[in-house]
Amino acid sequence: MSAHAPVEIAASGDTIAIRVCTGSGCAMNGSLAVADRFENAAEAAGLGNRIRVVRTGCHGLCERGPVVVVGETGIFYPVATEAMADAIIEHIASTGDLIVEEYLFRSPETGEPVAAYSDVPFNAAQRRVVLRNCGVIDPEDIDDALARGAYEGLRRVLHDFEPDALIEEMKASGLRGRGGAGFSTGQKWRFTRDAPGETKYVICNADEGDPGAFMDRSVIEGDPHSVLEGMTVAAYAIGATSGYVYVRAEYPLAVRRLRKAIEQARERGFLGQNVLGSGFSFDVRIKEGAGAFVCGEETALMASIEGERGMPRVRPPFPATSGLWGKPTCINNVETLANVSWIAAHGAEEYAAMGTGDSRGTKVFALTGKVRYSGLVEVPMGMTVRDLVFGIGGGCAEGHTVKAVQIGGPSGGCLPEHLMDTTIEYGTLAAVGAIVGSGGMVVVDEKTCMVDFARYFLSFTQDESCGKCVPCRIGTKRMLELVTDITEGRGEEGDIEKLERLARDVQRASLCGLGQTAPNPVLTTIRYFRDEYEEHIHDRTCRAGHCVELSRYVIDPELCKGCAVCKKHCPVGAIWGKVKEVHDISQDRCIKCGQCQESCPFDAISRV
Amino acid sequence: MSETETQKVCCKEDQGLDTAELAAELAAILARHADDPGALIAVLQETQRLAGYLPREALREIARARRTPLSHVYGVATFYSQFHLRPRGDRVVRICHGTACHVRGAPEVTRVVTEELGIKIGETTDDMAFTLESVACVGCCGLAPVMLVDGVTYGQLDVSETRRIASRLAEEAAIARGEAAPSAEDAE
Repeated sequence: MSAHAPVEIAASGDTIAIRVCTGSGCAMNGSLAVADRFENAAEAAGLGNRIRVVRTGCHGLCERGPVVVVGETGIFYPVATEAMADAIIEHIASTGDLIVEEYLFRSPETGEPVAAYSDVPFNAAQRRVVLRNCGVIDPEDIDDALARGAYEGLRRVLHDFEPDALIEEMKASGLRGRGGAGFSTGQKWRFTRDAPGETKYVICNADEGDPGAFMDRSVIEGDPHSVLEGMTVAAYAIGATSGYVYVRAEYPLAVRRLRKAIEQARERGFLGQNVLGSGFSFDVRIKEGAGAFVCGEETALMASIEGERGMPRVRPPFPATSGLWGKPTCINNVETLANVSWIAAHGAEEYAAMGTGDSRGTKVFALTGKVRYSGLVEVPMGMTVRDLVFGIGGGCAEGHTVKAVQIGGPSGGCLPEHLMDTTIEYGTLAAVGAIVGSGGMVVVDEKTCMVDFARYFLSFTQDESCGKCVPCRIGTKRMLELVTDITEGRGEEGDIEKLERLARDVQRASLCGLGQTAPNPVLTTIRYFRDEYEEHIHDRTCRAGHCVELSRYVIDPELCKGCAVCKKHCPVGAIWGKVKEVHDISQDRCIKCGQCQESCPFDAISRV
Repeated sequence: MSETETQKVCCKEDQGLDTAELAAELAAILARHADDPGALIAVLQETQRLAGYLPREALREIARARRTPLSHVYGVATFYSQFHLRPRGDRVVRICHGTACHVRGAPEVTRVVTEELGIKIGETTDDMAFTLESVACVGCCGLAPVMLVDGVTYGQLDVSETRRIASRLAEEAAIARGEAAPSAEDAE
């Protein structure tokens, strides 16, 4: 659309939807007040009946939140404020035009305004299947969801498919579990359906624990019905009558919206006795987790639902034959289930047309770190990591370069820059040491120390290790000690080899996925950034200037004005110099507290 | 939990909580979940909402009512990071250590906050004003690095902004203790 085609709202009878993101990220950034302000301003301007403020889930571009999208053409206002709400409403009231140019997103390359949200480079290459309704509907209003086709898939499935045919359909779609392991969803359903037993369960795994990942939370917050519909379809396929959503207690908004969605779905007959008059009955309960990363592992998750310590157990028996309370149980992840409801509505063929090879459909990623546009993105499988990070994420901020991309969180691996043309597929990513994983994608630049980055993930998994099996409990501990020694300047010849050996043992001998994958961040950083490890050990240097013990504070003589502020702040008297002359830091005395750098008014002090 | 810590818990409980009321509400929680064998975690969650932590007496009562050993209840309560066996400060400061926050400066944020509040991660100030915690990920990575104070989010922090927020918190606590006038300047 042209940036200056006024929409004559006085003449048109349509309501204008103002979609304000109220997902966790934007809400924390003040979007709730912005939404209220739009409503009040519209009322005051006499547009109360023409403007509908929709409090939606995540639009994706969290970095520029609060995100507001106006009208069906989707005029995008980033970093929305209450003052902007007033001005936009005033503009609409006086001119009928939805566009206030000064508030529009501007292309960083050309500086030109981009009016429509769909034209922002961040969105251009995305394909929203799982996130089809996120940012569009009011997740607390089932009618909004129904208007966008919610539960049509369930209706179709109950009407057109016998459970066995439905399972074949799901196999044909090529859908694989999106929680990390990537097992065929249809196959999992088949095992559970074929397992003997009257009582069976469906569990939605919403225990999203990877640091830096918020895909599942966003789906539940933005479109809870897609998940409930997926669960009901799964239940019909395997022959279950009750199900659980196991959701992190740290996601209060997701829990609230899910609870509301369940009530509304029951009222409309999508859940409960005799679903849509089909004779099939299914109902869902919420179980709130209590904070344990290992509960993302399916046997640990079930132990937690049973009220016990969330510790994994040996498989087999697999949950499909002996799961919750010893009954056959099918556990699917949130994103998987949102895909299921889409496949139920559109068919396997259309789904399988997206993606490539043995990786079909789309994948949602939480793109974060040192990238220009952080946020929630969904792309067809088969896209290259480079297209995602640069095309959608806009690369690093100016003056910085992408050093690596970490995919798959604490279970995943780091890809160096030269491997960024790798496509996002289960097989190709595994071949280079990473995984598709649940969808965390963290971009790091030259200021990130890869050894410290590995230490970070290892300290997370070591802390979250449940302690049941020795390789994970002690192996990750010993690995963490070694890596910490290296980052703190105590590394020794042979440490890298020792780490590699330990890592392989922990991978092979651990009981569950947590331990089996915990060494991945270490192994991939050694594989691609071995020189950084060696510099830490042999030269006692950290090229990123990150590891405190291996770096020093220096004063740039070009920038230092001799103001003596740093000298005043230094707690150990390590800085000397006369007023109005360049100062210097005594490395022998310096305790590397960073006070000087923080206090310098001229940014003349840096850590190298 | 060491013996001294236990005594502290009991002291706080005696001073700060109406134990009769607590017992009545706990009984209601236990009754509500009496028929559900898998409800131990839910019971602990609801109990913690009453007092902000899980008092030792409450754990005993839960074990008794659910006919399970105290060691079992204790085992579950200590497995999950959500549960606290000691009272927490009036204000809880949580610093996100998710991956995005880590690469964008969470370690620096942590350093500044620990300096200003005088406690390390996991500790509570002696006057019970603050508890400082680290969280794995709050999931608003677009705002990294992030800190939460009683659920209020402060995002895209740098060192000076963090110091401003943390020193204001410390000052507010000092005023509450009557140790500083509201307009007190940095004594340096």
